Amino acid sequence: MTDATAGPRPNSDAGGKDKPSGPMLAADGTSLKSSLARSMRRQKIKALLLVAPLLIFIMITFIIPIGQMLFRSVENQIVSDTLPRTVVALDSWDAESGDPPSQAVFAAMARDMVVATELNNHTSLGSRLNYETTGLSSLFRQAGREVDDFGEDHTDAFEEIDPLWVEPATWVTMFASDNWVEAHAEWAERAEAAGFGFDELPPPFEFSEGVQEPLPRTSAMFADFARVLRVEDEETPAEEEPWNIVYLSLYEDLAADPSAPSAYDGETRALLEEALAITDTMGPFDYQAAFEEIDEDWLGYDLWSTIQTFSPSYTPGYFLASIDRQLTPDGVEVVDDDRKIYGTLFLRTMVMSLMITFSCILLGYPVAWLLANLPMRTANVLMILVLLPFWTSLLVRTSAWKVLLQQQGVINDLLVWLGLVNDASRLALINNQTGTIIAMTHILLPFMILPLYSVMKTVPPSYLRAAKSLGATNWTAFWRVYFPQSVPGIGAGSILVFILSIGYYITPEIVGGTKGVFISNRIAYHISSSLNWGLAAALGSILLALVLVLYWLYDRIVGIDNVNLGG
Amino acid sequence: MSDALTNPADVASEHKAVTTFAMPLTALLGVILGYVGGQAASMPLIGVIVGAILGAAFAYVSGMVLEHNRTMGRWGAIALCGALGLIAGGFGGLVGGAIIGAILSWAAYWLTSGDYRRGVPIYSTPGQVLWHNSFLFICGFIFFFLIAPILTIIPLSFNAENFFTFTPEMLRLDPAGYSLKHYQDFFNSSDWQLAMRNSLIIAPFATIIAVTLGTIAAIGLSQSHIPGRQAIMAIMISPMIVPLIISATGMFFFYSAMGNWLEDNLGFSQEMTGYIKVILAHAALGIPFVIITVTATLVGFDRSLTRASANLGAGPVKTFFKVQMPLILPGVISGGLFAFITSFDEVVVVLFVGAAAQKTLPWQMFIGLREQISPTILAVATILVTFSVILLITLELLRRRSERLRGMTPG
Repeated sequence: MTDATAGPRPNSDAGGKDKPSGPMLAADGTSLKSSLARSMRRQKIKALLLVAPLLIFIMITFIIPIGQMLFRSVENQIVSDTLPRTVVALDSWDAESGDPPSQAVFAAMARDMVVATELNNHTSLGSRLNYETTGLSSLFRQAGREVDDFGEDHTDAFEEIDPLWVEPATWVTMFASDNWVEAHAEWAERAEAAGFGFDELPPPFEFSEGVQEPLPRTSAMFADFARVLRVEDEETPAEEEPWNIVYLSLYEDLAADPSAPSAYDGETRALLEEALAITDTMGPFDYQAAFEEIDEDWLGYDLWSTIQTFSPSYTPGYFLASIDRQLTPDGVEVVDDDRKIYGTLFLRTMVMSLMITFSCILLGYPVAWLLANLPMRTANVLMILVLLPFWTSLLVRTSAWKVLLQQQGVINDLLVWLGLVNDASRLALINNQTGTIIAMTHILLPFMILPLYSVMKTVPPSYLRAAKSLGATNWTAFWRVYFPQSVPGIGAGSILVFILSIGYYITPEIVGGTKGVFISNRIAYHISSSLNWGLAAALGSILLALVLVLYWLYDRIVGIDNVNLGG
Repeated sequence: MSDALTNPADVASEHKAVTTFAMPLTALLGVILGYVGGQAASMPLIGVIVGAILGAAFAYVSGMVLEHNRTMGRWGAIALCGALGLIAGGFGGLVGGAIIGAILSWAAYWLTSGDYRRGVPIYSTPGQVLWHNSFLFICGFIFFFLIAPILTIIPLSFNAENFFTFTPEMLRLDPAGYSLKHYQDFFNSSDWQLAMRNSLIIAPFATIIAVTLGTIAAIGLSQSHIPGRQAIMAIMISPMIVPLIISATGMFFFYSAMGNWLEDNLGFSQEMTGYIKVILAHAALGIPFVIITVTATLVGFDRSLTRASANLGAGPVKTFFKVQMPLILPGVISGGLFAFITSFDEVVVVLFVGAAAQKTLPWQMFIGLREQISPTILAVATILVTFSVILLITLELLRRRSERLRGMTPG
């Protein structure tokens, strides 16, 4: 163990003199090496215990949220969660053929839509798909209003055969297990006793044995019906007449397998046998036509290909959207020119950050040089002029610039007053890129001056004098001797300013107008206005990756421990 | 007249230097300042002429007449220009004129007495002297750029009108142009008071969490045997590295879920969870600053002191509070101040994580700036500037104390 030699060695003097032939022993007789290792381990654990609370705190309050955001940028469960049947049915559909999908797909869609509409999920699914193909949002909203009427005629036909079919009790006796009926009765009793404000969920629905095999479609649909009633309305099938689609499923079960009633041996067997007659009077339901009636786009290629493309639970779609690409059934495509915004925005963020960094170097270098070369006392006084803006609230500085740069603001007034600018042609200094660059240069300038200053402080002034005494001109002495030594400061300051500026949000938002905003403003827009969180997360992840690469560079150049806070 | 220079040749050469070098330059400055002053009294042409004459005259006087009586020369110039200003523009003119007089006479003495060569070696060429002085002026402008925006809003916050620029009354220094109205608005508006209260609730709690956890962890980190020190450090200062907008995005998703969980399972009220969320988020943002400052202080901490304390029979807790804590206290406090200011100044995360009930001062300012800007913001800004000046002074005092303490401890 190399550490052991560096550790405390209480008996090292004595050990050195005696030069014992065997292993050195500690006071308690164990070998010194193992005793030392034990004490080191104890110290290590102690140190780790001290660090642990903060590490856990940071993990929970910061790292996990960031990780979750990264995850959200590829997450896409909404399609497969909302349309589970459709996604499976659509799997076999060949988008290339150009034909609309089969009846089975439309039937699956009708069922998924009924459930989604009842849960009010169809609108969020519509918005999600709308990010990919415009117009789908309204399609889903429209269908949500009509899909619960699908199969109404079949329901009426069942009622005609026997009015018992519209009684909830009939369905409960047919499907529910005895356990559930009992649990439900208890729950209803408790609800009665508690009266208003009773918020316990009803027991989850259980099927009685031997009903699911003969009537697969109906029981699957009825299960959804019971589930939705329970979580959405806190009710049970015992009080509600099933949806039309349940009747339609029953019809399809009976039509597909006329022997189903005989395979079922519950109380309602007679009722089912009687209902078999319905297959003679009613034809099958045409789902495709029904959807077409809502809107003929339901037969269109766009809708189905989008659903098929985005049915996997994880998608690169958001990342592709962040770089102006789009996932289509034919692969990745570049979006239309009028929708290309992110490439421009990333480019603008980079270019403007570079301009800000450059102006900070330009303004910061002379000041840092002056501060580093003035006598300590004067430099300290002047340093206040750098530190005061650094310590002043960001909002204060931003509002100061807003006040100064406005059309009716101090700078324009001054220029007009001096007669340098005509009153009618006041300069547009705000709500554009100029405003962002001026204000951010001012805000970030201390971050350039402080690292530059600390590097320049270490350059001995005698070097310049030596160069001059050897015959160098002022310029040569500066450029060949001083400047190369100040480059680390420029590097540190530039990376710091650049990193800070590409992630800036507040200042561009206030003084940047529409032309002077950064990628971060777009992220905020997607979080709070457009609610396209996946895209916000993807844009954020790209920005984060960029910043981490830059920080890695910064660490290589200056070392993260050397961050100077000017305090 | 002049007793130092008796040789007529010297007098003649000095006369030449004054008339060919100092006088034209001061006259030029006089033209510029005269134009500005004349513009204020809406007679720029007269201003230019008067300025040129005065500039040349001051240079002559300072170089030839009152060269050894600088105080009198300067006060005379200030009084003369002030009087001219008073005639042209009343009380405001008096102040403006006096300022112009001070600048002009300073320039006159600076040029005639040779002070402008003071910063450069005696053998410098005129070009080098010019460059040196231009450089100083450029630096002056940059300092002006740094500080002017902050200084401008202070007088503006006393504006009697709802304008964001200096009114003619203000420029005339007419007391009617100034008022405390925006400060009254601030103290009477329930929105601003709520914001103020929230800021003063959230920032201290966030600071306490950050300082407690941060100091303990920094002590752990400073021990040489800790495995994975680099990785732990990277995780701990990550909130400072990650751009705020990304932290805010991540926190937005996570904290809304966490808030719901708190409300449902622990029965906290919505307001309470709102505060908890913002405080935790701000504590996370403030921790890197505490870690950095406290680790920096611990670098200078002499480890043998704790061993000595243990040797004398003190337990680890007693050693910490009696020996270690007093020595690293300046670092802890300045870390705490950083954490406090981070939370107090933070707006992006609180916008995303908090609800309207947790609206802080920066949030209210942000809304004010984005939607309809009201001069109350300037009053708040002035209060905050005062606040940061106090903070800056405290930090400076702490830094000095820390250096003194470190100077006392060996190693």
